[in-house]
Amino acid sequence: MLLTVVIFLPLLAAGVLLAVPRVPGRAAIGVWVAASAVDLALVGWMWWGFEPGEGASGVVDGLAYEADLQWIPTVDAGYHVGVDGLSLPLLALTGVLFLACAIYSLREPDRPHTYAALFLFLQTACMGTFASLDLILFFVFFDLSIVGMYFVIAGWGHGNARRSALKFFLYTFIGSLALLVGFIGLFLGSEERTFDMVALAANPPLADSPVAGGLVLLAIGLGLAVKTPLFPFHTWLPDAHTDAPAAGSAVLAGILLKLGTYGFVRIAMPILPDAWQRWAMVAAVVGVISVLWGAFVALAQTDVKRMIAYTSVNHMGYVLLGLGAAGLVASADEGARTVATVGAMYQMVSHGLLTGALFLLSGVLWSRGRTYAFDRWGGLARPAPVFAACFAVAAFGSLGLPGFSGFIAEFQVFTGALQAAPVATVIAVVGILVTAGLFLLALQRLFTGDTVVPSETDPDKPAEGPRPDRADGTTATAVQPRTATRMQDLRGHEVASVVPLLVLALVLGLLPRALLDVLEPAAMAVVELVGR
Amino acid sequence: MTGMSGGGERVLALLPELLLLLGAVGGLLLGLWTPQHRQWRVRLLVTAACLASAIAAAVALSEPAERVFEGTWVVDTTTGVVRIVVALGVTVLVWLASASLAGHPRETEAYVLMLLGGLGSIALAASGDLLLLVAAYLLASVPLYALAGFAKDPAGVEATMKYYLMGAFVGVLMLVGVAALVLAAGTTGYPDLAAQLPEASPALLAVGVLGVLAGVAFKAGAVPVHFWVPDVTAGTTPPMAAYITTIPKIGAVAAAFRLLAEPFADVPLDVPLLVAVIAAASMTLGNLAAFNQTDVLRLLAYSTVSQVGYLFMVVAVAARTDLAVPALAIYLAGYAVTNIGAFAAVAAVPVARTITDWATAVGRHRWLVVSLVVCLLGLVGTPPTAVFVGKLAVFAAAWDGGLAWLVVVAAINTVASLFYYLRWIAPAATGVAASESTTAAARGTGPGTSAGTVQRVVLEPVVVLHTAAVASLLLGIWSGVWLAVLLPG
Repeated sequence: MLLTVVIFLPLLAAGVLLAVPRVPGRAAIGVWVAASAVDLALVGWMWWGFEPGEGASGVVDGLAYEADLQWIPTVDAGYHVGVDGLSLPLLALTGVLFLACAIYSLREPDRPHTYAALFLFLQTACMGTFASLDLILFFVFFDLSIVGMYFVIAGWGHGNARRSALKFFLYTFIGSLALLVGFIGLFLGSEERTFDMVALAANPPLADSPVAGGLVLLAIGLGLAVKTPLFPFHTWLPDAHTDAPAAGSAVLAGILLKLGTYGFVRIAMPILPDAWQRWAMVAAVVGVISVLWGAFVALAQTDVKRMIAYTSVNHMGYVLLGLGAAGLVASADEGARTVATVGAMYQMVSHGLLTGALFLLSGVLWSRGRTYAFDRWGGLARPAPVFAACFAVAAFGSLGLPGFSGFIAEFQVFTGALQAAPVATVIAVVGILVTAGLFLLALQRLFTGDTVVPSETDPDKPAEGPRPDRADGTTATAVQPRTATRMQDLRGHEVASVVPLLVLALVLGLLPRALLDVLEPAAMAVVELVGR
Repeated sequence: MTGMSGGGERVLALLPELLLLLGAVGGLLLGLWTPQHRQWRVRLLVTAACLASAIAAAVALSEPAERVFEGTWVVDTTTGVVRIVVALGVTVLVWLASASLAGHPRETEAYVLMLLGGLGSIALAASGDLLLLVAAYLLASVPLYALAGFAKDPAGVEATMKYYLMGAFVGVLMLVGVAALVLAAGTTGYPDLAAQLPEASPALLAVGVLGVLAGVAFKAGAVPVHFWVPDVTAGTTPPMAAYITTIPKIGAVAAAFRLLAEPFADVPLDVPLLVAVIAAASMTLGNLAAFNQTDVLRLLAYSTVSQVGYLFMVVAVAARTDLAVPALAIYLAGYAVTNIGAFAAVAAVPVARTITDWATAVGRHRWLVVSLVVCLLGLVGTPPTAVFVGKLAVFAAAWDGGLAWLVVVAAINTVASLFYYLRWIAPAATGVAASESTTAAARGTGPGTSAGTVQRVVLEPVVVLHTAAVASLLLGIWSGVWLAVLLPG
């Protein structure tokens, strides 16, 4: 019951916001903040009362806060939700990140009612996906998250928002239908004909038909790979991110991408253990390619937000490397595989916090100068020290500096994967170097040197001063000798939204036990189930 | 049709149909003695008859399946679904049409024809005999010809002509098919056909199967006999378009389902494959043709062609899996609700024919757009709407019936369909978003809004649209309840 409240509380708030249109805009965002805060508090309460269990616990047993209602009896699909060590951290991450986005959007001027309602709707969809223990329910929430995100990008994005939104919707919708086809395959392949994840994981379907199992895994893997996104299905990501509003990008990168990786841990691995073992090397290799591709392409970007978007591809690659290594049963012992799985899960949480913060910070750039281009900004450390400090902390955390959560995650992934896939792991370490380089380069371009801010090209406001805009755009910047008045430092609500994310990343980097205690039993359970 | 063939037959087994017939005859008589401006009385009578029929059909669901009147009329779950959906659908459509029909010189006739067409649709679904199937085909066709051209404008007349000529032509094909089957088996009843046809000559059988399937495919608007659909839909008025693309399709799909499940189940031809190809062609061609439509009615017309494709997936596996009947039950209901909702959105702004006009016209009515988005995404099959549950069930049934390739084709088509629905959703949603801040004077949606100044939004279709959107969501979320009603035990 508590979990159901957690899932649907945001939706209820969204309904209230839409039904009462006379509320002033600020109050609407206030309702959003309040609803998200209450939701986060409830998740915190759930965490407080959650017993991680001894030894392997999760996925098929040790589920807390369960609720199970029938929905479509003829195909045995139901409203089955519950929490274990895999889902609880991601539920908490969802709560934290949505609250951060709510605070960040306190001054949203553009149709705040609908904006807040859409985000609350999205929060329900994300919470629901992480809490689902039924394939169809998972699919329902998974699809709704796409619909919600489409409207966020199309309605509040900038640049070529409608086209990017369409691309995002079509691309991820292909993925979700592949997923649906895979789910139907699991349903028909299972002995008792059910969509219930717990029952399916306990008694895996298609165990004795490698071809069918492989095809079903292909369909599910395709669906999740589009969402994650993995090379070569990542091409929707940079466009969607660049044109989405800052809070939308933060949610998209921080939460929606995790729906894909979470699907691998929750569905692909425990329910298709045979097929996962057989094809684990492919997962690891695709992970490594994503690591390198994401890193090198990010290095080449001239746009802050696109760069961060590509680092997401890179970071999700580590997750897949860890999960692939967890399936290489023959070449690694259970301990190593558990470490790799824990690392992958840790990376999901860590990436959500750090990349969420980075996207919110890049949104600050847009709000000040309507551009993300590197060459339009420079020397921002002087006029905006707090912004520079936050961005630097997030960037260092994201490149895997010890002391931040990203380090714990990547270290565990590499440790765990080294035994199973040594070559892949060594190649993936190169990715760390490249990301380190690109983040340092980004910091250098944005914060050092002479202060450069974009000239006023915003069509809303006429250009101030007689400065002519050059036609080629790239040189339409102005070096301002004095401290720029237009680059305002972080404002109160921006600090209040970004700093907690960074603090959490730091805490998880210094005191990893808090999270590991919850993750480890569940990761052990996954590894045991895969090893069957 | 009535109890001529034996006084001992259970006439009351046909109570839902009799109530509809009573409503039609009573409505006609009442209309004769009612002044023109009070014809809403007929509407009330028709509504009452439909609701009573739906209730009677729901009550009859709990009884075991039976064949009455010498096995020609089958009363089972499929018939029950069609009875309920058609009766409720006609009710809603009568009210949807009332906005444009009120005060019309032939208002009563329209309602009566709508009832009779619904009766024909139920008869299609319930036939257990080839000759009854032909009669039902006519009953489900003739009233619709009149309805298609009801406005008597050039476009409507052209649509009617096309519909009529094509209907007559396919009707002949169907008769040839029936004749061939009678020649092959020497009987017209489905159970006897099922026993005799496996030994019949393949050539005769092929002619028969093709002819009969052509008939039901025409009524359903499936490829390759779908050419009438866009022209009739765009030529007639939006409420009639909603009627023509919803009511007969339901009966025709159910009739095809019964044909595949009973007489064609064991024939030496691969009829399921034929139907699967029809399904794949319908959804693909429907989607491709819809891509570039700017006229909302034509867009919806092609969308109905593609929807029939998904429905025919379950027809193909009718004899092969237990999942087929519930899948048909949920998809038929979901399709009817969602499709009526989408057409109601068009009817709400009768003057707007293109997507842009529509988006501009509803600019200030935010809830209208929300409901439209629910209905259109419902047609795509986005959860948790009814069509999503239907699609899920249909996909599972088709795969279980050995047509995994068709499931993949359908999944790809679903993605493709998203594209053209979004072409309508995007301007509507973002257009509304842009003007929301300036909503200083959001007037009432009633017909009283000063006509002529702006494109007015009509009340009844708006109510229908909202109802359909809510019903689509509720039917999706509580699909278990709907199935429990239909399949007790």
